[in-house]
Amino acid sequence: MAAILVISVFPFWWALRTGLSTNGDLFAGEQSLLPVGYTDNNFERVLGTASDEEILESLGRENTGSFDFLQSLQVSVIVSTAVTIGQVAFSAMAAYAFARMRFRGRDKLFFLFLSGLMIPPIFTLIPNLILVKNLGWLNSYLGIIAPFFLMTPFAVFFLRQFFLGISREVEEAALLDGAGHFRTFFGIIVPMSAAPLATLSILTYITAWNEFLWPLVVARDPARQPLTVALGQFTAQQPGTSPDWSGLMAGTLLAALPIIVIFLAFGRKVVDSIGFSGIK
Amino acid sequence: MTSTAAPEQIRRRRSLFGTASLHGGWRSAFWFLLPALVGFVAFYLYPALRGLYISFTDWNLIANQGSWVGTDNYERLFNDRQVWESLKITFKYTVINIASQTILAVAIAVLMDRLTKSVTIRGILLLPWLIPNVIVALLWVWMLDGNLGIVNDFLGLFGMDPVRFFTDTGKVIPSLAGINTWRHMGYTALLIFAGLQTIPRSLYEAAAVDGASERQMFRDITIPLLRPILALVLVITIVGSLQVFDTVFVATGGFGGQPGGPANASRVIYLYIYQNAFDFNQLGYAATISVLLVAILLTVTYLQLKLLRAGESDLA
Repeated sequence: MAAILVISVFPFWWALRTGLSTNGDLFAGEQSLLPVGYTDNNFERVLGTASDEEILESLGRENTGSFDFLQSLQVSVIVSTAVTIGQVAFSAMAAYAFARMRFRGRDKLFFLFLSGLMIPPIFTLIPNLILVKNLGWLNSYLGIIAPFFLMTPFAVFFLRQFFLGISREVEEAALLDGAGHFRTFFGIIVPMSAAPLATLSILTYITAWNEFLWPLVVARDPARQPLTVALGQFTAQQPGTSPDWSGLMAGTLLAALPIIVIFLAFGRKVVDSIGFSGIK
Repeated sequence: MTSTAAPEQIRRRRSLFGTASLHGGWRSAFWFLLPALVGFVAFYLYPALRGLYISFTDWNLIANQGSWVGTDNYERLFNDRQVWESLKITFKYTVINIASQTILAVAIAVLMDRLTKSVTIRGILLLPWLIPNVIVALLWVWMLDGNLGIVNDFLGLFGMDPVRFFTDTGKVIPSLAGINTWRHMGYTALLIFAGLQTIPRSLYEAAAVDGASERQMFRDITIPLLRPILALVLVITIVGSLQVFDTVFVATGGFGGQPGGPANASRVIYLYIYQNAFDFNQLGYAATISVLLVAILLTVTYLQLKLLRAGESDLA
């Protein structure tokens, strides 16, 4: 068990240790669990605050490829935040309609939504790209966000399950008192579902943060590339011999940091949600 | 549940005749459904149908148009050896993943069940699964590097020669599967762990009284009662493995390598679709290969759920 925990965590430590080392010392081939030639220049390099001398010291050569980390961080934050707010809010409204309202064709429509879970992303990738291109949304926040903003079948399914479990009595009393569906939904259902809504928000945020293929094809412009895409492109530009390992590991860790922080803060909710449904 | 069933039926009948019931009808549901409905139609339903249409055209992204070519793409598909080669690579990756991931995950879940229910430990196990594929790939490309990687140094302690994990055509797929196993084993273990909690302890106690060994209990109680969750785990693993892309793209495409390299030894089907669409600008043909992949995914899911009788546990 201890071995498994070590295997789970070790790569993060190794990345930190590498990020705190200079490339020169790394290439000397010395292996130690602690940084070799300790320096924090790599993190400064990633954040763009390092001076030329510091770059030379930690990188060991002239700077070749680079990307604007803070710019990409901003894209990742904006995209993930917008996707989370839109997707959770609109999916919750639909889930409420499916769980509580009666209308013709409801179950058929819900089944149709669910069948969206079976469509692999690659199948809709090409038509969605053409659609976004026709709308003139390539290389824009709109284009990156749009397909995830209004709903995902998973989010609707996840919340409907919770809404079905809420006692009808409070809600029916409110409806009989003349409250409309909107007041019932926002005044009663949403507050009562704070926990599952929070869980879904965390999962949605992480999923949006991790998205790679869609922004890769939509955002060719580096100024609109989230961290995943920018890191991937940066790696592709690195030379096969003596790549900038220390800088790459520093950037990799910084890009994972928001996820790790979210997880430290809300980990329990995420852990508890596993087992609810394997789809996510 | 039974007490609410009757009034629900009455309500449904009433709304069928068009009378507004307590719960609304389309008029009140409309505004709740509108955003999600727009999203579903625009980004799921319409693209799915359009994707099918595009697979019968010679769509070109630069011109952003295509004309109907009938079944040309499909004929090409069946004669394209690259497609079948990619599928073979993808299946190889999938098989390795299923084996390593499921066995490890069951082992971890059983260990956790015995030793600890700590949320912290479950959290640590889950962490790799939450990190982006791109980042996981980079962490491991560094650790598995042929010259400087720590893993090779470790193997060297046992007198093994350095392994070229990503530059040897025979090793690249097992290496990628290993990375994916590291990312998913904790998550899969937690799913199975949740399943273990549903097995009544009394069954084990009774078996122990009857003198059953640990191994017998595992084989005759744990595994059969875990069947629904194992079926789910297998479906997730297989469907996910058949769609691997990020890890392959980043791990093989960096540092002067070609995505899918070396020598296309790791060109999985997703990557081949990507290349057709974006490197060769043949979106029509890429869509055709996607149709094939969808057919495979649906078949796999259907067969698995049937074969493993997923819905029912032997508990019932």
